Amino acid sequence: MLSTLLPPSLILIIGAFALPVVSKSLRPFLLLGLPLLALAQIWSYDLGSSATIAFLDYQLTPLKVDALSRLFATIFAIMACAGGLYAMNQKRIIELVAAFIYAGSAIGVALAGDLITVFVFWEIMAVASTLVIWSSGTKAAYQASMRYVLIHLFGGVVLMVGIVWQVASSGSVEFTAMQVVSPATWLILIGFLLNAGAPPLSAWLPDAYPEASYSGTVFLSAFTTKTAVYVLIRGFPGEEVLIFVGLYMIFYGIIYALLENDMRRILAYSIINQVGFMITGIGIGTDMALNGAAAHAFTHIIYKALLLMSAGSVMYMTGKRKCTDLGGLFRTMPLTMVCGTIGALAISSFPLTSGFISKSMISQAAADGQMMIIWMLLAAASAGVFLHAGIKFPWFVFFQKDSGMRPPEPPKNMRVAMVIMAALCIGLGVFPGTLYAILPYPVDYVPYTADHVLKMLQLLLFSGLAFFILLPMMKRTMTISLDFDWFYRHAGVRLSKVLAKAFSSVTAKFKNAMDLCLTRFKGLIVRYLGPDGALARTGQVGTMTLWVVIVLCVYLVVYLL
Amino acid sequence: MSEVKKKIEEIHWLVRPETIRKLWFGSCILLAILVLADLLVEPHPYFGIDGSFGFYAWYGFFTCAAMVIGAKALSALVKRDDTYYEDTRQGDDDNA
Repeated sequence: MLSTLLPPSLILIIGAFALPVVSKSLRPFLLLGLPLLALAQIWSYDLGSSATIAFLDYQLTPLKVDALSRLFATIFAIMACAGGLYAMNQKRIIELVAAFIYAGSAIGVALAGDLITVFVFWEIMAVASTLVIWSSGTKAAYQASMRYVLIHLFGGVVLMVGIVWQVASSGSVEFTAMQVVSPATWLILIGFLLNAGAPPLSAWLPDAYPEASYSGTVFLSAFTTKTAVYVLIRGFPGEEVLIFVGLYMIFYGIIYALLENDMRRILAYSIINQVGFMITGIGIGTDMALNGAAAHAFTHIIYKALLLMSAGSVMYMTGKRKCTDLGGLFRTMPLTMVCGTIGALAISSFPLTSGFISKSMISQAAADGQMMIIWMLLAAASAGVFLHAGIKFPWFVFFQKDSGMRPPEPPKNMRVAMVIMAALCIGLGVFPGTLYAILPYPVDYVPYTADHVLKMLQLLLFSGLAFFILLPMMKRTMTISLDFDWFYRHAGVRLSKVLAKAFSSVTAKFKNAMDLCLTRFKGLIVRYLGPDGALARTGQVGTMTLWVVIVLCVYLVVYLL
Repeated sequence: MSEVKKKIEEIHWLVRPETIRKLWFGSCILLAILVLADLLVEPHPYFGIDGSFGFYAWYGFFTCAAMVIGAKALSALVKRDDTYYEDTRQGDDDNA
């Protein structure tokens, strides 16, 4: 039975509006309490339970709990709590309100049993996340948030058309696994993938996320892409095209992160890379692969938040985010460095960290399915993750050269949040059973075999060797890398300028032609009706009488004939 | 006081040349041990090639090298100053 209290999503969404009105001393309790309350509520539901309401002609299921939805709702609530702790000293309360509405709607999507509810929470997420970026208060953030919202509203429209079409053709609003066979399901798939950061429109993510505040990016990293992973697991398991989309994302993330100078943008590219692993897993579609994708989403949220907390702490204390400006911070920020490094090891799936026990399930699924090329690419990508995030991030931020900066550690709440997340990364890595127990399918997988650990260490450490040998090639420069967004941020702007010029010259010509016509018309009027015009001349009364007589005579003649 | 502190900081043990040399030396030994451990641990290959001696070591090394070089090659095409888009915008404002 479902308890009659508020559903978890609404606890966060409604609770968010209390944040600005409560006193400053009460706010920290709400920031931690609301997500914990939501978490307790999620776990109070029995698996398989659901609640329905009638809406228009449809029977909606705003709440449907199974192992998969509970897993995602759980990690979203944990993330909201950790983010709330980290962001406790955020002065822009609007960011916290937006972040909690954002987290609540992500939980709403995870617990939704029908497509209409999914869509409603999906759109609330788009608006709330835009607000999180926007609330950073800088001009760059405002501009990035506008580009972000355009892409997401476009994605929302695609998704809505797909859902309406699907509901109209199938007559059911239920959100279950679909086959990509009709235009409707294609549109739904595209709408979902857009939020996952899939090509070609992936650039919204590294463009917008790093522009948020030090704490805003921590929230942003967790929800949008992972709800997309969730809906793909639920809606399109085993859809083959996802394997290719996922592999593309994996290597796109690595290559662009390698070229990047901004530390938070490096981590943003690596979100796309990591989501690529999950989407490849969903495409493979076996129980092992889907478990791997779900588990990887769970662990990824934790270590990516940890990495961005560490980067956020550096930014909070130094005001800098470019690798070229940073370096040598290990001297005065040892805790931030250690926590960041733990996150970096976890994302690289080092043994004894959370990434090791989740990502290897996806590779295992590829091996079980005898997909050799995919397996080889995944292995290369695992090495590449260590390269672009695992070493690159801690190396350029905390070691590298001495930037001369000696910033102290961040405030206590931020340190505690980082330590908790680091502990979770290691805890899940050491005790994989806790996570395996709540995965959607029964787990028959042992991550820690001597063979597997040794192989992973070889792969990662030799990729580290490659990093240090090729270090001269990776010297950071004050540059960005063009992406698909070039088309709407540069080419589009230029094109609109050219079009505007062409249009204005056409209108100028049209105006000239019209002027000429009007002048001629005016001349005509003046000629006939002007002071000297034939029709405006004043005649004599005699002439007038003469003409009347003539007309009457003609009339008489005609009448008599 | 602060000058003394600065001097100590300047020669932080982790960045002294001899520490770095020792780290390289230690890492090389570690890498060698890892490869040699292949002889002791029984492999469970999925496809055959992945069971060969030191496969993960050279595969990890060369794929990473390929990715770095690939990224470098791509950068010739996509690399721009980080004020690139501001410049686009600036040009826009000038016209307006």
